Amino acid sequence: MLDTSAPPAAAEISLAEIRWVGFRTIVIREYGRIIRIWGQTLVPAVVTATLYFVIFGSLIGARVGPMAGFDYKQYIAPGLIMMQVIQVSYANVVSSFFGAKFGKHVEELLVSPLPNWIIVAGYTAGGLLRGLMVGLIVTVVSLVFTRLPVAHPVALVAAALLSSVVFSLAGFVNAIFARNFDQVNWIPTFILTPLNYFGGVFYSVSMLPTWAQKVSMANPILHMVNAFRYGFLGASDVHVQGAFVLMLVLAVTLFALCVGLLDRGIGTRD
Amino acid sequence: MFALSTRALTKVYSNGVQALRGVDLDVEQGDFFALLGPNGAGKTTLIGIITSLVNKSGGTACVFDYDIDRQLERAKSCIGVVPQELNFNQFETPMTIVVNQAGFYGIARPEARRRAERYLRQLQLWDKRNGAARGLSGGMKRRLMIARALMHEPRLLVLDEPTAGVDIEVRRSMWEFLRGINDNGTTIILTTHYLEEAENLCRNIAIIDKGNIVERDHMSNLLRRLHTETFVLNTRDAVVSVPGVAGFVLRQVDANTLEVDISKEQNLNELFAGLTPLGIEVLSMRNKVNRLEEIFMRLVESRAGHA
Repeated sequence: MLDTSAPPAAAEISLAEIRWVGFRTIVIREYGRIIRIWGQTLVPAVVTATLYFVIFGSLIGARVGPMAGFDYKQYIAPGLIMMQVIQVSYANVVSSFFGAKFGKHVEELLVSPLPNWIIVAGYTAGGLLRGLMVGLIVTVVSLVFTRLPVAHPVALVAAALLSSVVFSLAGFVNAIFARNFDQVNWIPTFILTPLNYFGGVFYSVSMLPTWAQKVSMANPILHMVNAFRYGFLGASDVHVQGAFVLMLVLAVTLFALCVGLLDRGIGTRD
Repeated sequence: MFALSTRALTKVYSNGVQALRGVDLDVEQGDFFALLGPNGAGKTTLIGIITSLVNKSGGTACVFDYDIDRQLERAKSCIGVVPQELNFNQFETPMTIVVNQAGFYGIARPEARRRAERYLRQLQLWDKRNGAARGLSGGMKRRLMIARALMHEPRLLVLDEPTAGVDIEVRRSMWEFLRGINDNGTTIILTTHYLEEAENLCRNIAIIDKGNIVERDHMSNLLRRLHTETFVLNTRDAVVSVPGVAGFVLRQVDANTLEVDISKEQNLNELFAGLTPLGIEVLSMRNKVNRLEEIFMRLVESRAGHA
């Protein structure tokens, strides 16, 4: 027989406390997911970064020579770190939120008193958390292959945080619209990967013809990689302040878009 | 103040289906309330609107006077939901699921762990707290969703088919549990296909059909409106021919089974008084169908006839 003894009377909790505890709970849950499936969430970035360093850095890089005045391995290291940060931030949110939709446990959040902006902030913080964890791990891998000075630490941290936030939010938008797992993989494969490769990770845009340089400027990842590289090496192909303004504008716009989509119930409510 | 109050609630889905057509419904605090209707009647849509899983098209809904348009967070913090379909992360443990759910309602983790122990023990899931939820049996998964819904100690508990697919024993122990929760002051709204469940548990009832509330009454009043009931009588000895008892129409089902329709004006003593001189000894008797089911079918069929 089930025990039916009386529960104590529930005390009313302030909305501010509900929001704060709720936000922390989403972040803790996301952290738990990252750790629970660490073989999928943390390890692949290490393997990929190591392969890039061995093949592009040590084998091909030895024949490339210096880039923008830096050893080639040193030049590509910030870009490789940023590439992994961007990819895992995006992947974390799109897979976690779409998985919650697919498994219907997103309803746990939708029926709760948490406002939509807290739900978006919580998932974004989860993406940021994984992005920073992977960023730190890949930085350690980089230090095995090359030396990385830190020219502008504030710019370095700000670029990592903002880039991760932007792509976490972009992953959230993808998850909202995705109806199946194909649509979860479509954007990372056909949009994110090309943008990464043309984002100045492996080369300086100054090597490109003028028209290609102009086209490259439309790629937000180019600005993020160069802002991050500026933080490490003090060198950038783009206007650094402009890159930060771009990241801020993207972050605010995408956050507003995500909240607006949840408010309207697109992809989540009937 | 009502636990739930809706006025002119409408829902038209994007495919043009009108699921709710101006639903006015009041559920009193402390009530154990049944919301019944055939498949597609609008029950789950109504619950979806109250719990904000479905956007309404028009009308108003208030939960303990909190308007879901203006005070949605407060309204939602009063509600616990046990949905029809399983909707927890099957890869997480029951402990994680219920503690996280408490967090979404602002309950800090130390208190959430205390409540988790209380509710997982009450629902006999404590031993399973650290295994993946996908390993639980169907009945355990249903109980886990009840434990999860209770973690923030809601004033209104909404149960959408809570005992679907669970065996009789578990269902009856869940009934006892829900009675206890209701006795302790929690208002409960229940939808179910098991009309016996509604008749046993609920004090008030609404029947919804084609998006309209077609009946709203006390359970006892509704059952009293049943003019005729069919009883099945099991006899000790085989009955050779259909017995004639003045005022009653009996039918023979098989050698030891008779059926009789009894109207509200008749009483069973007269029937037995007529059977005894004929040497027919009745061993047991039962309603042919659940009384609520009979009313429900009559209401729904009569509306279908008018449509």
